[in-house]
Amino acid sequence: MPSQPHDTVNPAGPADVPVNPATGRLVFGWLLVGIPLGYGVVTTLSRVGQLFQ
Amino acid sequence: MNWLDRSRSMAPPGFNRWLIPPAALAVHLCIGQAYATSVYKSALIGHFGLSQTAIGIIFSIAIVMLGLSAAIMGTWVERSGPRKSMFVAASFWGAGFLVGAAGIFTSQLWLVYLGYGVIGGIGLGIGYISPVSTLMKWFPDRPGMATGMAIMGFGGGALIASPMSSALLKFFDGFNPATDGADWIASGNSVGKLFLTLGVLYFAVMMYGVLNIRVPAPGWTPRGWDPSTAKVSAMVTTKQVSAANAIKTRSFWLVWAVLFLNVTAGIGILEQASPMIQDFFRGADGNSAVNAAVAAGFVGMLSIGNMAGRFIWSSTSDVIGRKRIYMVYLGAGAVFYVVLAFFGGSSMLLFVAMAVVIISFYGGSFSTAPAYLKDLFGTFQVGAIHGRLLTAWSAAGIAGPLIVNGLLDAQGKPGTMNAHNYLPVLLTMVGLLAIGFVASTLIRPVDAKYHEPEEELASARKGS
Repeated sequence: MPSQPHDTVNPAGPADVPVNPATGRLVFGWLLVGIPLGYGVVTTLSRVGQLFQ
Repeated sequence: MNWLDRSRSMAPPGFNRWLIPPAALAVHLCIGQAYATSVYKSALIGHFGLSQTAIGIIFSIAIVMLGLSAAIMGTWVERSGPRKSMFVAASFWGAGFLVGAAGIFTSQLWLVYLGYGVIGGIGLGIGYISPVSTLMKWFPDRPGMATGMAIMGFGGGALIASPMSSALLKFFDGFNPATDGADWIASGNSVGKLFLTLGVLYFAVMMYGVLNIRVPAPGWTPRGWDPSTAKVSAMVTTKQVSAANAIKTRSFWLVWAVLFLNVTAGIGILEQASPMIQDFFRGADGNSAVNAAVAAGFVGMLSIGNMAGRFIWSSTSDVIGRKRIYMVYLGAGAVFYVVLAFFGGSSMLLFVAMAVVIISFYGGSFSTAPAYLKDLFGTFQVGAIHGRLLTAWSAAGIAGPLIVNGLLDAQGKPGTMNAHNYLPVLLTMVGLLAIGFVASTLIRPVDAKYHEPEEELASARKGS
């Protein structure tokens, strides 16, 4: 049977290696992109309100 | 510059894959600025004293360069890895603004074409594709959702850039609401300063992505996910196809046609959004019930629909399959266009709802495409294949406005039309979507003769 792409040996260790949550980096990363995106959505929605007045 | 190499960006054991989407979003939110060029278009027209067309070419060059650079550089992006390619994208995108600023300050339009159009356009193309295949490798269990998250950023980038640019232009010009009226237009000098600011700011934010992107180790799979237990579908291959072979397949060109037709149809609304809603609600006296400010709200609503569709529909495709979701984009899209054409003028709510759903399908077709390519061709060179597919976007960017403007020009003068005048345009879009629907049904799994031999794949993995 031909080998599949996922059959390769995993040099990063076994699949049950515990995931490092890296909470601080995770929160910073999502805030970095989330805050500007939230600002853009809220600003846009404030203009959308005029559509149905 | 070794730190940019693919080998230096390999994730350590236990790396949290949810750190990757913000890194990808950091790039896409920045390059999404390309959809917000209308903020300073009037200012540039005034500064250079030229026509709308001459200034509009800046954006057209950027979009054409996006498609070309993604197609030409796709294989390099795949080989070099996301960190190096994102760094190159950040450099080109930032430098494009700086060169563009020099063109504005010296009143040399050709420098703006070269800066924002050519150099920035290259940054757009490389930046667009660079994190996509990496995301799919980190989320093999949910590739549609993963690409949806990143490509959503491209739609969301305009939502940020538009109000931010307006605020910066007012700041640079010392805008005074008491003395400057509603018809205030920014000076060229302030647009130059805006370009300088955006160039530096976007480079810095994109560098966050460069520093935080990681590639998974070969053979890595998410904890608790076993590929052998994944749902089997004839449309999802476990084989790999190179970019060179992919473009020889019928399926690639059918996906290309589907994307081209869906994007062309979406541009039908996007291009004309503001005048269209005013024309649809124009009374017998020639006055529209919708003023420019309300029309701007409609354009904003479309931007949100475009962004949301990129995430929602692409995530949905993980559940119902890529082929089915494209048939929804095209089939339901055609039906909604018919409703819009014949009943849109009867109700504002109906008009806005139909337009927003159609634009969400437009956005969804972009974000679902990489996952569809992964299903058909595997992950081996999916970034490079995606790059080649984006030429469909460039082609649609030319064809869409040509069709819409050509048909509307034959109907009458801007500001005098009504809903009836839009029938030829909207029904043409229905025809395009119907052709796309047929093309979508013809997409089949790729023939085995195009699959990469396992030995070559193994040596390629060792090389990386």
